[in-house]
Amino acid sequence: MDIAILGPGCANCVNLERVTREAVADLGVTATVEKVTDYGAIAGYGVMSTPALVVDGEVVLSGRVPTTAQVAELLAARTTA
Amino acid sequence: MSLAEHLRARTPTRRWVGLGVAAAVWTGLYAANAPFWDWLLLDVVGLDEGTRVGSGVHFFFYDTVKIALLLVGIIFVVTVLRSFMSVERTRAMLGGRREGLGNVLAAGLGVVTPFCSCSAVPAFIGFVAAGVPIGVTMSFLIASPLVNEVAIALLLGLFGVGPTLLYVGAGLTIAVVAGLVLGRMRVERWVEPFVFETRLGGRPVDPAVGLTWDDRIQMGVEEVQTILRKIWPYLLVGIGLGAAIHGWAPDDLFARYAGADNPFAVLVAVAIGVPLYSNAAGVLPLVEALHDKGLPMGTLLAFMMAVVALSLPELILLRRVLKSRLIALFVAVVATGIVATGYLFNTVLGV
Repeated sequence: MDIAILGPGCANCVNLERVTREAVADLGVTATVEKVTDYGAIAGYGVMSTPALVVDGEVVLSGRVPTTAQVAELLAARTTA
Repeated sequence: MSLAEHLRARTPTRRWVGLGVAAAVWTGLYAANAPFWDWLLLDVVGLDEGTRVGSGVHFFFYDTVKIALLLVGIIFVVTVLRSFMSVERTRAMLGGRREGLGNVLAAGLGVVTPFCSCSAVPAFIGFVAAGVPIGVTMSFLIASPLVNEVAIALLLGLFGVGPTLLYVGAGLTIAVVAGLVLGRMRVERWVEPFVFETRLGGRPVDPAVGLTWDDRIQMGVEEVQTILRKIWPYLLVGIGLGAAIHGWAPDDLFARYAGADNPFAVLVAVAIGVPLYSNAAGVLPLVEALHDKGLPMGTLLAFMMAVVALSLPELILLRRVLKSRLIALFVAVVATGIVATGYLFNTVLGV
């Protein structure tokens, strides 16, 4: 699973990355987590509100920091699909 | 069980009853605030409100509780209401709008759209890609920090409805006029070219879609926690300074140097306010104390707007998409608007 965190690097983006890493650890899935800070690349995903979470190339969440459980839910839905 | 999990576990009935109880507790605490500190500090401890120490200490405790309650209440309500809006929706509403009406709509949406200043650049790119004129986009970007929910909460509690409406009206007017002025100057040439070349791809996710009431309530609770955690040091310093001014500063000290008869007071207030970028929460208790000491409302509003509107971190972010010329112009136009507001209100309202 390829996970990308979109955001210029403010507190919200840092929180989203932490929450996502926790969710990945909780689920025990193998995933790569990368950060995307380039604005052109962020816009390329169609995202206007950061932070945003991209899983396997698809934006699944933007504009807010979810809880670890919510991210785990989102990721779990993708592993079974 | 964390508060968020607790909320999540609630049934709809229990959720609304819980919210009702929370509202009742809030109202009770707010009503009991003044009598409680009167009783504790004046009757039990024996402070005299006529003395400097007495009035300063009373002001500090009473104001801290009042401001904390106002912030909790208003940030919660604003966050829940805002969870229905998103930058994506705003863009859809602004797409294809012309200048003029577009600026008015953009300023209004700037106030109600939840917006983190880190998103300024992606939002700017998104608006431009959707064909929103630069001046209209600017109205949005100016209104968003200028009409600030923390400032609204505090103004409402400290000064009442009138000055709050003045602040919101003035903020919207500045955003509309500044956007119109910048739009007329054909500022496109000072926008970094990559903005116009960037195409929005992918399938965007609207953050406002698919939220349940529990999600919205939880977002409200989290936002209250986040903002309070961030601003409490500013708040205590601000209230402390306010209390010191309240108790110790001679009555005519500020009025003598910055009163209504000093024509430069507004300019000086804005010049001090812009680099002092902090938080409305730290500045408003100060503003309240200065108002008590006879400073006119226009000067104080101008000072407060200068503090909240032009933030250095946001300007640095915007530098990624706007050339320095346009950033300077942006600051100049907004600062001029704020100065004009200060003089206008001083003339209309007096002290």
